[in-house]
Amino acid sequence: MSIKVYVPRDSSALSLGAEGVARAIGAEAARRGESVTVVRNGSRGMMWLEPLVEVETPTGRVGYGSVATADVAGLFDAGFLEGKAHPKSIGKVDSHPYLARQERLCFARMGVIDPLSYDDYAALGGWRGLRNAIAMKRVDAVAAVTTSGLRGRGGAAFPTGIKWKTVLETAADQKYIVCNADEGDSGTFSDRMTMEGDPFVLIEGMTIAAVATGATKGYIYVRSEYPHAERALIAAIAIAEQRGALGADVLGSGQRFDLEVRRGAGAYICGEETSLLESLEGKRGMVRYKPPVPAVSGLFGKPTVVNNVITFASLPVIFDRGAEFYRDYGMGRSRGTLPIQLTGNIKHGGLVEKAFGIPLRELLYDYGGGSATGRPIRAVQVGGPLGAFLPESQFDTPLDYEAFASIGAMVGHGGIVVFDDTVDMARMARYAMEFCAIESCGKCTPCRIGSTRGVETIDKIIAGRDVGADVAVLESLCDTMLHGSLCALGGMTPFPVLSALKHFPEDFGLDRDGLAVAA
Amino acid sequence: MDSESSRSVDDAVSRLKDVPGGLLPILHAIQDDLGYVPQESVPVIAKALNLSRAEVHGVVSFYHHFRTAKPGRHVLQVCRAEACQSMGADKLAAHVRERLGIDFHETTADGNLTLEPVYCLGNCACAPSVMLDGEPQGRMTAERLEALIASVGAAR
Ligand SMILES: Cc1cc2nc3c(=O)[nH]c(=O)nc-3n(C[C@H](O)[C@H](O)[C@H](O)COP(=O)(O)O)c2cc1C
Ligand code: SF4
Ligand code: FES
Repeated sequence: MSIKVYVPRDSSALSLGAEGVARAIGAEAARRGESVTVVRNGSRGMMWLEPLVEVETPTGRVGYGSVATADVAGLFDAGFLEGKAHPKSIGKVDSHPYLARQERLCFARMGVIDPLSYDDYAALGGWRGLRNAIAMKRVDAVAAVTTSGLRGRGGAAFPTGIKWKTVLETAADQKYIVCNADEGDSGTFSDRMTMEGDPFVLIEGMTIAAVATGATKGYIYVRSEYPHAERALIAAIAIAEQRGALGADVLGSGQRFDLEVRRGAGAYICGEETSLLESLEGKRGMVRYKPPVPAVSGLFGKPTVVNNVITFASLPVIFDRGAEFYRDYGMGRSRGTLPIQLTGNIKHGGLVEKAFGIPLRELLYDYGGGSATGRPIRAVQVGGPLGAFLPESQFDTPLDYEAFASIGAMVGHGGIVVFDDTVDMARMARYAMEFCAIESCGKCTPCRIGSTRGVETIDKIIAGRDVGADVAVLESLCDTMLHGSLCALGGMTPFPVLSALKHFPEDFGLDRDGLAVAA
Repeated sequence: MDSESSRSVDDAVSRLKDVPGGLLPILHAIQDDLGYVPQESVPVIAKALNLSRAEVHGVVSFYHHFRTAKPGRHVLQVCRAEACQSMGADKLAAHVRERLGIDFHETTADGNLTLEPVYCLGNCACAPSVMLDGEPQGRMTAERLEALIASVGAAR
């Protein structure tokens, strides 16, 4: 019988040479007359071990980490096809401590299956949630989402059930489901992993939304920086149509739902939902005034559900195992689990799905293993370019929307970027302003002009001529942006800037009390 | 526009002009094929979509992804965002500019390689990252970058 060998097709694995490894394994097997089937799975999310090759053995899957093409012949020699020892062996993958302690609901199949196998997806619980949703009354399906406590995973953490209720209750001849797959935050890739490694879970989640709200057309807006994700989605949609999970009669429900992939064009602001809708309509991505909210008047003026990839991908398990099952994970008003991304200067970077409430410190050290460079971790940025920088003294904060908000930070899309003690926080503050200037949609002056002035002012602070006065200018500028911006790009860029200033004043030429150090 | 480019534009426009919100798909189709969106295509698109030239131009210029000049045979995008910065992306960017003798948004004199900044490739656990011709590359070092550049035969 043919032995199954898994080599991920995830972009991160590919970025470290997985394609060559897959080819070398196929060629070496042919040369030796071994019967091997190479399966291209998603990534398990242990990115420091990519390319992670797995072999199916009678007692479970055995992994070999950081495999290079040059290792392949040696792996065959060592008997890796029987899961035998080799310096690169990590043993049974499922019992690896990084994975064994996770609570993978959304990412249950990630790295386990061939992402484009409809039957593998079904065998591991796929489509059950959708079937249950179809069997429910629409109001009950929407109520179940509310009961689950699910809040939007794209950043704003708005209760998903409330949004859907509005769409359900707004009468219209056409409703839309739009998936926000613009994933622009640095330090995030859970959407990408999902689209590449388990695209059917996103398709199922969006179809549940369609069934629950009566929408018949959906769009997935994928950023142009994700070519592999786009291709995986297009392939998965074609398969789902062919198998009847999409199209004129979704799983025999009598309801139509068609799904289309649209590509973004390198604008961070198009992750903001109204800008995204403008972009889908073929326009510049200018942020719209609200109200009306998209749930009332969204794409082409019709009621539209806009949710993040991970929000949608959380729905199949909610509808399969029940709203209460999901709600029982988490803390406070943050229910369920969050796929957290450990990135930047971290030893064990990757994807950790855990119930809300896990302290940042546990993620950074127990999972992350500290910095990649081995130097002390000095700062982390959580929640993307609009998230605050946190110093060591705040590492005990639990990952919880309210706990983060209470220290002026945000969980956002769950990305954590780690910096060691060589980081210059004045430069990071400057970058935050620069990024805002590059990506501003230009609609409001505080954001458009303020960010450019912010860069200039931080340059002056770095030059160090009159730090006290320039810091005062910077603070007042931030105040104007905070209060005078239409959306969170201008409105939250002050968070990284002010948190850097507050927690790392020495990098700005200030003493610990925020006073200018005499030159 | 040469006749081949012109045909490509006409094809994209006729295929996609009736798609709701079809302007971005049209621009993508053109750039996928030609590597950029030629100025001369703007009036053709505008006419087909019943838009003004200014509107089409406004959309092209709004999005960082769309190029209005023909790129080199290969495109190297270097991630400049935070996670990559934490692992030395600034130094890597300085190195590549020096090595190629060009700045971002420029093309080597031999027309081989265009250098572009990018803000996150979703490869932040394998930083720093670059993308060469649509293929992400992680844990980039000056040496690995050198090999990549050599693989597409780029000189200064
Ligand atoms: C500047 C800016 C960028 C954003 N980028 C994203 C993004 O890349 N992905 C995303 O899902 N949401 C993003 N959002 C949040 C969306 O506006 C919106 O809240 C989200 O798509 C709603 O889906 P959810 O409720 O499932 O999170 C962004 C918001 C702002 C202000
Ligand atoms: S804050 Fe900036 S990005 Fe947001 S609407 Fe205003 S100008 Fe546009
Ligand atoms: S920040 Fe460079 S890949 Fe995400």
